Amino acid sequence: MDIQTLTFIIVGLTFAVYIGIAIWSRAGSTHDFYVASGGVNPVANGMATAADWMSAASFISMAGLISFMGYDGAVYLMGWTGGYVLLALCLAPYLRKFGKFTVPAFIGDRYYSNTARTVAVICAVFVCFTYVAGQMRGVGVVFSRFLEVDITAGVIIGMAIVFFYAVLGGMKGITYTQVAQYCVLICAYLVPAIFISIMMTGHVIPQIGFGAELNDGSGTYLLDKLDGLSTELGFAEYTSGTKSTIDVFFITAALMVGTAGLPHVIVRFFTVPKVRDARKSAGWALLFIALLYTTAPAIATFARVNMIDTINGPEAQGTAYEEAPSWISNWESTGLISWEDKNGDGKMFYSGDERNEMNIDRDIMVLANPEIADLPAWVIALVAAGGIAAALSTSAGLLLVISTSISHDLLKRNLMPNISDKQELMYARIASGVAVCIAGYLGINPPGFVAQVVAFAFGLAASSFFPAIILGIFSKRMNKEGAIAGMVSGISFTAAYIIYFKFINPAGNIPENWWFGISPEGIGTLGMLLNFAVAITVARFTADAPRDVQAMVADIRFPKGAGAASAH
Amino acid sequence: MSFESEQHAEDYWKENLRMMLTLLSIWFAVSFGCGILFVDELNAIRLGGFKLGFWFAQQGAIYVFLALIVVYVVKMNKLDRKYNVHEDHEEPEEFEEALEEEFTH
Repeated sequence: MDIQTLTFIIVGLTFAVYIGIAIWSRAGSTHDFYVASGGVNPVANGMATAADWMSAASFISMAGLISFMGYDGAVYLMGWTGGYVLLALCLAPYLRKFGKFTVPAFIGDRYYSNTARTVAVICAVFVCFTYVAGQMRGVGVVFSRFLEVDITAGVIIGMAIVFFYAVLGGMKGITYTQVAQYCVLICAYLVPAIFISIMMTGHVIPQIGFGAELNDGSGTYLLDKLDGLSTELGFAEYTSGTKSTIDVFFITAALMVGTAGLPHVIVRFFTVPKVRDARKSAGWALLFIALLYTTAPAIATFARVNMIDTINGPEAQGTAYEEAPSWISNWESTGLISWEDKNGDGKMFYSGDERNEMNIDRDIMVLANPEIADLPAWVIALVAAGGIAAALSTSAGLLLVISTSISHDLLKRNLMPNISDKQELMYARIASGVAVCIAGYLGINPPGFVAQVVAFAFGLAASSFFPAIILGIFSKRMNKEGAIAGMVSGISFTAAYIIYFKFINPAGNIPENWWFGISPEGIGTLGMLLNFAVAITVARFTADAPRDVQAMVADIRFPKGAGAASAH
Repeated sequence: MSFESEQHAEDYWKENLRMMLTLLSIWFAVSFGCGILFVDELNAIRLGGFKLGFWFAQQGAIYVFLALIVVYVVKMNKLDRKYNVHEDHEEPEEFEEALEEEFTH
């Protein structure tokens, strides 16, 4: 069977499973729809959180990025896992005890202010939309490469599937579909990694394999070979990287804190029955995430070595274009690889200096990896299904946050307090339906800035939500004046810095012009510190939070008496 | 108030904060310390084919994160029990009350 038929079969099977689960877990009330009745087992919840969290970017792009960045890729690895420690220790148990559906609900109630609630709704919707557009795009790319339909058709198929189970099942449907999607995506990620690890080093476990000796009998370590290749070809040494220490520090911190402030991750901890389960669930989530995140740097290393070897040939003199392996021509047709014969010798050559003749998009590394390593066709089909699972699971989680924020925090709590549970559920479904369509539109016609903005969503979440939530839990006296002033100054500072360097003066986006050498990707950390400073200062000069709010804060600090998450 | 006294509530919170800060300092030390600030010094040491600093940044830190959460979950459950603010359904005092009722009837 050829790759395309196999891909159709495997992707089709996974779709059938997702739809089956959606029908089985149809939501009957807002309680089902928003938090799956708070009845999800912590292990299943951990798996769903992991699938929710690991987007098309984690699955498709991250290993590729690391492959091209070397050591510097650690900012993503540590940044996107370290945030779970903050979540488990500082946020999840307290927010679960607080027992509301959404992040804006916490901000609104804790700071006894509808202004704060509305600010939080706007931040949440903005963060989620920038994110979801990137996911739909990921679905489109996978469809167009492996099923040879065009990107528009791919996005529409993806939209239809998400629409079906997100609108019908709400959080309940999404949670159980995500469990299935996690299984698909992790298999799709691990299987090729294990294959390649065995082929290159003889080790079954890729995490060990990429630090082991090559099994070509030379006795050199894989990473040493890569360091050698990199410097020979005019790249930076793979294990050293090129970013300044302060920049690596600030980007890592922004990603960590941003993770802990992302509304679609936080909402996950409202779906478990107990405070104890919320803590446990964060641990399970990180375990499931770590499986992929510790494999990614191994894939990055294998892919890099394989790619350089196949393009430059065993003697590092280049290979003739006519003899190029099929993956090069396959990906050339998508425009993600191109070759320009600069020296006219008819051979391809890849390097980091003027000898370079190849232009390779980083996003293809994971998808092309099994083809580069010449793995069986079913592995390639599995990787396609995994990429789609990663994109769909994250989009569904994001769409739910958008629809809850609008139907619950904006309509029910702000504009139309008298609607019934049934009407609210209807509005939630309409909101997620509209959100799917907007997301699909953005996926088909991506505004040029989407890819850039996704990374900045973390900086914005770090500089707005995180300090407000932390202060709301750990300081009883923190008042609404402080919190609002902090959020507004944190997010405007961060947004201004990003907009200046990315949109107003992109030519000036070089280390010499950055404040303290901090790139726009890392500026969220500074914004967060500013938020804390402003909030604490303003709170000192204004009245303390009212007594009943202080009593509520005292109450969320211990687990006993946590009921199911509720609307009021 | 679910605590037996104000004093208990305060002690529970203090113990909780102390543990949280201890674990967070380890979190900071492995990721920002070993993985970023002292990466060049640690790279002089080798762990098989890995330079140690590089290994911390791309592998080790993640394993430590996982261990930190496990320790936190276990310790917090103990702390909750010590101050009797855990959320089990078969809470001891309820059980005793039920027994008492059983006996007085």
